[in-house]
Amino acid sequence: MTTADDQSVGMDYLESFPRKFFRVYLPLGLIIFFLLFPFYWMAVATFKPDAEMYDYEKYNPFWIVHPTLEHIKKLFFDTDYPLWMWNTVIVSVSSTFISLFASVCAAYAIERLRYKGSRYVGLAIFLGYLVPPSILFIPLAAIVFQLGLFDGNLALILTYPTFLIPFCTWLLMGYFRTIPYELEECALIDGATRLQILMKITLPLSLPGVISAGIFAFTLSWNEFIYALTFISSSENKTIPVGAITELVNGDVYHWGALMAAALTGSVPVVILYSFFVEYYVSAMTGAVKE
Amino acid sequence: MAVMAEPVAAQVKRSSLWTRAFESRHFLGAMFMVPAIAILILFLAYPLALGFWLGMTDTKIGGAGRYIGFQNFVSLSKDSVFWLSVFNTIFYTVAASAVKFAIGLYLALLLNERLPMKSMIRAIVLLPFVVPTVLSAIAFWWIYDSQFSIISWVLIKAGLITRYIDFLGDPWNARWSVVAANIWRGVPFVAITLLAGLQTISPSLYEAANLDGATNLQRFRHITLPMLSPIIAVVMTFSVLMTFTDFQLIYTITRGGPINSTHLMATLSFQRAITGGNLGEGAAISNAMIPFLVAAILLSFFGLQRSRWQQGGRD
Repeated sequence: MTTADDQSVGMDYLESFPRKFFRVYLPLGLIIFFLLFPFYWMAVATFKPDAEMYDYEKYNPFWIVHPTLEHIKKLFFDTDYPLWMWNTVIVSVSSTFISLFASVCAAYAIERLRYKGSRYVGLAIFLGYLVPPSILFIPLAAIVFQLGLFDGNLALILTYPTFLIPFCTWLLMGYFRTIPYELEECALIDGATRLQILMKITLPLSLPGVISAGIFAFTLSWNEFIYALTFISSSENKTIPVGAITELVNGDVYHWGALMAAALTGSVPVVILYSFFVEYYVSAMTGAVKE
Repeated sequence: MAVMAEPVAAQVKRSSLWTRAFESRHFLGAMFMVPAIAILILFLAYPLALGFWLGMTDTKIGGAGRYIGFQNFVSLSKDSVFWLSVFNTIFYTVAASAVKFAIGLYLALLLNERLPMKSMIRAIVLLPFVVPTVLSAIAFWWIYDSQFSIISWVLIKAGLITRYIDFLGDPWNARWSVVAANIWRGVPFVAITLLAGLQTISPSLYEAANLDGATNLQRFRHITLPMLSPIIAVVMTFSVLMTFTDFQLIYTITRGGPINSTHLMATLSFQRAITGGNLGEGAAISNAMIPFLVAAILLSFFGLQRSRWQQGGRD
């Protein structure tokens, strides 16, 4: 990404600060407040004792008087939350790696081997990217059941690549396209096989693309909900989003504290990963749209 | 490529058939495609086809169904809940997408200004899109709580209302509430992708316009908007697609209630197929979404993006 300074329009310096404050900073601040408030609210509820949570008269709701770890403790020791976390990690990591492997091979074949009909396959994969999970989950449930995968991590590990592979392949095709042919030609003349070329030239050169695809795929599978909700039934096999919404609500009793703690602790790993790879994440997101 | 493949082929003429096969890019290409194609056919193409078939059967969970033609669709066409869900889906998509586009474009323009700590602001803005939707929807659920809603509390303290607002108990309140949550989640995506588009517009265009005495509005209307329109088309196609098929927000915040007034087609199909056990009927509802999706894709792709695709540009 380019830096801010060389993008600005030439006469910016003529603008006075108060004017710019009302034109830019104020609306920007309001929008950012709107975007961040739910997170603040999530964090406040996580560390607030029940007594303060349900009494807005005595305590100001925006603040915590006696912070507590009670909700987090309840979540980690009285529920299956640690198992959900474990399942989510296993499923996200495995499906990301499967998808990356399949996508690297497919994208290389489509972009560089250019076999007969590769353009049409590329187009078909892009169309696959447009098929939303919410029209696939019913027939997929039938298939998962028939294959005996129902209620197990494998059901999710094998179905998540259906939305990850099209995305990753499409993104990687864009990256592979930017690598000059001449490099591969040199290697071919030196007697390298196609596999060697892929492993030693194409992949290292497109490492940023592979990281982008991997980060984005990981967050997508961490966030996935509808397949996990449909294919998993027992509590110990659930992922965090599904477990939080189905197991922490007993009839009409909502454990708001524990729910918020689950929401917060379930988001933190993705946010940490994201914060390390912001540029890669953004380039994955915009790259997929720009192509 | 073809030019240079030939000497290699000549070199290996005397080697075994097997080695020769591995030098052929068609064969090798096919081998490389196997993992991706296998997964996509088994878990994407086959279920898509199976979905069409299921929609024409009376399959229940745990039993084989039989072919009943279009009977599911006939009974759905008399089902007022189904039509309500169609209305809700269209309302939800149109309202949320329009506001997401407006706020997203505005935010993108703001972020394109000269700002301190710009990359950090951009990273923060994207957070709602990164965090698992269901988990942030739980926060919205709590924000919309009928007794402890912080919005109601603030409005009462400010003297604007006298009673707590029943956000999720009244049909129209509930609809606007879920639309607001969807806007919250979708704005970062629209804003950041449009920002990427804005950054590709050459500053010299604006400088030229400045010299010609163009106003801010004119620069936006005659430079920014036309230059941005291809990417707007793609972004909004994705946004409409994601909104139309949304499931997570509704399932978390309202589960389709009150009295089905926020049921989208996706949540209704889940309720009928998985909760209710009527796989056939649920699949029929899913299938009914497809024409809308195709229409939305075609409309936004070919209606808005006239410039590159239709002039024979590369995909």
